[in-house]
Amino acid sequence: MNQSQSDRPGRGDMPAPGGLPPASSVGSAGFPGSLIGYDAARASGAGRSGSPEARAVPLVQLRGIRKSFGDLLVNDGVDLTLLPGEVHALLGENGAGKTTLMRILYGLTRPDGGVIEIAGAARTIASPGDAIGAGIGMVTQHFSLVGRMTVTDNLLLSRAGAGRLDRRAGRRMVAAAAERIGVHVDPDAVVEKLSVGEQQRVEILKALSRDCRVLILDEPTAVLVPQDVAALFASIRLLTAQGIGVLFISHKLGEVSEISDRVSVLRRGRIIDTVPTAGATPARLAEMMVGRPTVGVRRDDRDAAGGTELADAAPPSAPPKDVLSVRGLRLAGRGKEALAGVTLSVAPGEIVGVAGVSGNGQTELVQVLCGLAKPTAGTVTVNGIDVTGADPEKVIAAGLGRITEDRHACVVGKLTVAQNLVMEDLPRFRRGPFLDRTAIRAHAERLIEEFSIKAKPDDPISTLSGGNMQKVLLARTLARDPVALVVSQPTRGLDIGATEFVHRQLLARRAAGAAVLLVSEDLEELLALADRIVVIYEGALVGELPAAGADIERLGLMMAGQSAQSGAAA
Amino acid sequence: MTIAYLALLTAMLTTATPLVLAALGEVITERAGILNLGIEGTMYVGAFTGFLGAELFGSAWWGLLIAIVAGVLAGLLMAVLTVTLGVNQHVAGIGTTLLLIAACDFTSRLKYGGGTLPQIPKFGQLFADVPVASQFLLTYVTFLVIVPAAWYALRATGMGLKLGAVGENPEAADAAGISVARVRYAALAIGGALMAMGGAFLSLAMLGSFTLNITNGRGWVAIALVIFARWRVWPAVAGGLLFAAVDALQLQLVVTPEFAAVPREVMIALPYLVVIIALAVSGRNLRYPGAYLQPYRRT
Repeated sequence: MNQSQSDRPGRGDMPAPGGLPPASSVGSAGFPGSLIGYDAARASGAGRSGSPEARAVPLVQLRGIRKSFGDLLVNDGVDLTLLPGEVHALLGENGAGKTTLMRILYGLTRPDGGVIEIAGAARTIASPGDAIGAGIGMVTQHFSLVGRMTVTDNLLLSRAGAGRLDRRAGRRMVAAAAERIGVHVDPDAVVEKLSVGEQQRVEILKALSRDCRVLILDEPTAVLVPQDVAALFASIRLLTAQGIGVLFISHKLGEVSEISDRVSVLRRGRIIDTVPTAGATPARLAEMMVGRPTVGVRRDDRDAAGGTELADAAPPSAPPKDVLSVRGLRLAGRGKEALAGVTLSVAPGEIVGVAGVSGNGQTELVQVLCGLAKPTAGTVTVNGIDVTGADPEKVIAAGLGRITEDRHACVVGKLTVAQNLVMEDLPRFRRGPFLDRTAIRAHAERLIEEFSIKAKPDDPISTLSGGNMQKVLLARTLARDPVALVVSQPTRGLDIGATEFVHRQLLARRAAGAAVLLVSEDLEELLALADRIVVIYEGALVGELPAAGADIERLGLMMAGQSAQSGAAA
Repeated sequence: MTIAYLALLTAMLTTATPLVLAALGEVITERAGILNLGIEGTMYVGAFTGFLGAELFGSAWWGLLIAIVAGVLAGLLMAVLTVTLGVNQHVAGIGTTLLLIAACDFTSRLKYGGGTLPQIPKFGQLFADVPVASQFLLTYVTFLVIVPAAWYALRATGMGLKLGAVGENPEAADAAGISVARVRYAALAIGGALMAMGGAFLSLAMLGSFTLNITNGRGWVAIALVIFARWRVWPAVAGGLLFAAVDALQLQLVVTPEFAAVPREVMIALPYLVVIIALAVSGRNLRYPGAYLQPYRRT
């Protein structure tokens, strides 16, 4: 890369905004020589008033990108075009394939098929180095900065030779790049002392200092506080005015509407549609993003499974005694509160769904409920017993069953299926100071039969598929006959058969009178199983609605941060 | 009681030289994220091959050169184990030390039997009649050339920047187009050369011969100095001087009538005691390099 620097031509081809010092290696429009024939982008780089022909050469053109991991097809023939000076948003739920697509474009993931064209010419991008050479920069959610070094040193890292560092030129480079995005950054600040928003800026500066023409931002707002989001958007606008194309990955509708020129909606690895943002209402985008319930257990199944209970259910005005009850739960987080006063309750025979875009406090809520994190304020009661901040052991003893989102963290891979099945319930299988192996084995065989787990009691659990592992966890939890269940992302990564099995088990518990709190990013799952759905946004519940006949658009809007009232008005 | 201060100062600088060289080598490898516990063995190999070379070619300079080559090879052995194979660094380092010491002792017995080893051409002292300034050339080179050069290289050059990035956040270094493996190999090779120079100083300058257990745990002391110095060059030098000063002091105290009642063993233990106390005082709230002990694999 050091070599390509020396033969990078044309730094002064475009009037440098803010009077870039010519010696600075921040190329405002300098694109690697291999990509000359690039006048179109340059022309529009001078402003957004580029002529129509100039706009016709896209910066990036993806054709038929395909990628699968095992059986899972994550990108299924994706076409995407990025024009100079536009913000192109890639909208979709978690697991829709957005990040994989962008990793392919940045050379972090090899595609199974498809063509990447940069400035009209097909390119092979096999590594981030290739991508950088092709003028592509990416800011991932996980920053690649050296925390103990200064901003300047982080920028110098990719261009330093062996000899003396020219830190003075490095500082100028930082200042020049910062000026391009309209922010002030102290070049001598140590990166780890900066806020997350500032560190993100350093990442953008790094990409700019390598002459990128295409900037990929992978969920850039996920880690930011609102003020930083506003600053980021202002920076993005400055960049597009300089002709840079921005690929903006998000699952937040509001942001996409605000910042993007065009939106491509990705669902289950396919582009549903690409539309100009101006003509698309948030409601329409939400609908494209979420889709309609199509597979697995449907509502009518649910009603069949628990019909009598539904008929007998008390009216909402006089709720029955709540089995699981949460009052004013707060938890400190990184920067902002992870949980900002959550209050909810679940009655016997009820499934309450928690909907929300990931990272809005679901994980933390489940952790607090399961005894894995101590809340800073608020109470949790299970079956009338206060278990606020109690150990998992006490929480379980109070009658709570837990299925958490990371199933691999809930089993001990080297132990057998039978050993994992009794792990939370060892006192029941004791004979004197020893474990009663016969009883454990009998217990395991019974559960394997009951939950149709495709494994033998003595198999190491790490050899099981995700679906079977989830069945083991379900069996372990349900064998204790919990009065309340906290279930998080129970079917993530499972195939349709296993998903349906899990769903039926949850409905069976509901019919048996358990209180179930179901946290899921899969709206279809929530709509199919839940009685009520509450929406969590930035650590607080912003709305609640009955799942039967729920309005997906309204749900989508609430997930995007609009409260129930304004969501209804929209 | 009188202490010969000038003699103390002179002895301090001489004794500190091998420690400072070894500690510098260790600073370099640890900044790259590799704890090189092969340091004791590498010093030993430096002392032995330096001796062999001087005897074979009849010149201390040849001995030094051969010791440096041996140190580079010892560093590369550590690199193959910890960088390429990703072996646990504690195991690899202790294994390397055991292997190298045993190999030297074995060769020494084969070649010289159990008898005394011959005297070899050794380095002479500069300014032999001037107190304090009468030191070996290597001492001057160490304090006036190698130490400032290492400080400058770590602080102000691209090499130093890359070294720090690799030891701190190899993922970020990799993303910046830096070969983590190459930098770590280079760090271990240079570090090994410095450690072996430290060892060679013992045989070629101080002793003029070789004897079993010649390094006598100096490598381990250097490891402690690096932690005491928090991976910085000048504090490592200061630590080396402190240890050497106490060592020189105890040598004087042993022959002082007032301390005749103190057992000799306590005196010998004194400098090590000082290191332990210095570590206990300064060693809290340490922040190790981010990728310390971590082999790097691309995900």
